[in-house]
Amino acid sequence: MTATRIPSEPGAAKPVRRPGDRIFAGSAKASGILILVILAGVAAFLVAEALPALTAPAEDVPGGEGLTRYIGPLVFGTLLSAVIALVVATPLAVAIALFITHYAPRRLAQGLGYVVDLLAAIPSIVYGFWGIAWLAPKLVPFYQWLEDDLGFIPLFAGPTSSTGRTMLTAGLVLAIMILPIISALSREVFTQVPALHKEAALALGATRWEMIKIAVLPYGKSGIIGGAMLGLGRALGETMAVALVLSVSGGITFNLITSGNPSTVAANIALEFPESSGLDVNTLIASGLALFLITLAVNMLARWIVNRRADFSGAN
Amino acid sequence: MAKRIEVSDLNIYYGNFRAVEGVNVSIEPRSITALIGPSGCGKSTFLRSINRMHEVIPGARVEGKVVMDGVDLYGADADPVDVRRQIGMVFQRPNPFPTMSIYDNVAAGMRLNNKRMKKADLDDLVERSLKGANLWNEVKDRLDRPGSGLSGGQQQRLCIARAIAVEPDVLLMDEPCSALDPISTLAIEDLMTQLKERFTIVIVTHNMQQAARVSESTGFFNLNGVGQPGRLIEFNPTEKIFSNPEQKATEDYISGRFG
Repeated sequence: MTATRIPSEPGAAKPVRRPGDRIFAGSAKASGILILVILAGVAAFLVAEALPALTAPAEDVPGGEGLTRYIGPLVFGTLLSAVIALVVATPLAVAIALFITHYAPRRLAQGLGYVVDLLAAIPSIVYGFWGIAWLAPKLVPFYQWLEDDLGFIPLFAGPTSSTGRTMLTAGLVLAIMILPIISALSREVFTQVPALHKEAALALGATRWEMIKIAVLPYGKSGIIGGAMLGLGRALGETMAVALVLSVSGGITFNLITSGNPSTVAANIALEFPESSGLDVNTLIASGLALFLITLAVNMLARWIVNRRADFSGAN
Repeated sequence: MAKRIEVSDLNIYYGNFRAVEGVNVSIEPRSITALIGPSGCGKSTFLRSINRMHEVIPGARVEGKVVMDGVDLYGADADPVDVRRQIGMVFQRPNPFPTMSIYDNVAAGMRLNNKRMKKADLDDLVERSLKGANLWNEVKDRLDRPGSGLSGGQQQRLCIARAIAVEPDVLLMDEPCSALDPISTLAIEDLMTQLKERFTIVIVTHNMQQAARVSESTGFFNLNGVGQPGRLIEFNPTEKIFSNPEQKATEDYISGRFG
């Protein structure tokens, strides 16, 4: 048989477009655009509703000292609780993921994986109850110890809260809530590390831990960061658990174990919104806008970190 | 320093399945030993049992002895990690660490063995290893670039450089050229003939011309049927295997009258 003849007449060179491809390409494009439209819609709503508060004179804003003085402590409280959660949860989640993928016997690994995933299915209000009723009182002696022995560190200066409903408790509850997200994503990338790379490390005489260090963790780095960012997103936006656990009074402080804590944006909105009207609502929405911007910035930062060494990601 | 390997009565298992049985062979130092045979006959499995990479697979185990210069590699006090530091391996598909630069790839083994090494010494070692793998001139200007950006043949030579950087006694190669074009294959074969001055080399290959070109001794593996264990049918000087083999099965295989 001769080679297939390619039509050479001008005008007939149109590529064949199959209906299946067109439908799929169209629906994929539509979904992508829809995401952008929703995002833009949310941003537009927040800006429009926040505008009265942004332009209002300082004494009209709740607290009477201007918008920055009102939102500032909320943003600070949000970031502080989320950072505590992230700092606690990330190493723990990565360790759990490594144990499940590389150390645990297969049957135990499966069960453990399910249990960790199950943590994600617990409603946040239950975490809140658990935090306030069980965890917080249990932590009081520990906080007392921190104050007595590590009080010279400003974080643990005290005085210790008698209820245990502190910033650190809120952070720890959040840590447990974001643990399954980070560990599920880390586990997923760790199982995808090509056997070739792991064998390359082992054949060089690496121990199991060394193999993990030179082949598994670098390959999984983008997944860990991605998981951490998802977790951070949840911690930043978490409402009920924080609203229940955190005892709020006072402004910006790094003192993690007292009862005088700044609230977080989301918890504050949940607690204040039912009682609000007029400009108060606009102010709350302005704080929501601030949270939106923070989340956006965090995600862009994470993307930048992952892309910085894209050549070395192992994706090629 | 090249070393001799004596294998006696080696049976290799995956769980309950006996993949290879009754291998007795003596691998000479400073020479290239080729292992040939049809797919699934256990030659790669045998190769991986020499540096205890076989047991990385869950359920895989070995009976018998692999002795390198008087030391049983499967002895009670033998540590697989130490065994692999003495017996390097190059895999079928080039597998430089994708998250590391060319430089770090070559230095990886030495960093595992010897945490503290002067920068100048390490530079020296990387250059020496890359030169030893005939890759230095091609990559000397981009040592900080990822190893995965190289061509397949270059990646494979990078993997050889990484393996020889730790100065192993033995170098195992599992079909190192099967993913490469003829020119890259030639480069690797030339490299192997240089490297055999310093190392004991064992190579698994599907390419019989390659075995004939580079090796001093050749082992032919075969199996009687699917589900049967593979066996070492014949082990002889390469010249004899390819001109006047002792076994009929060997002759059938190398002349293409297989089955």
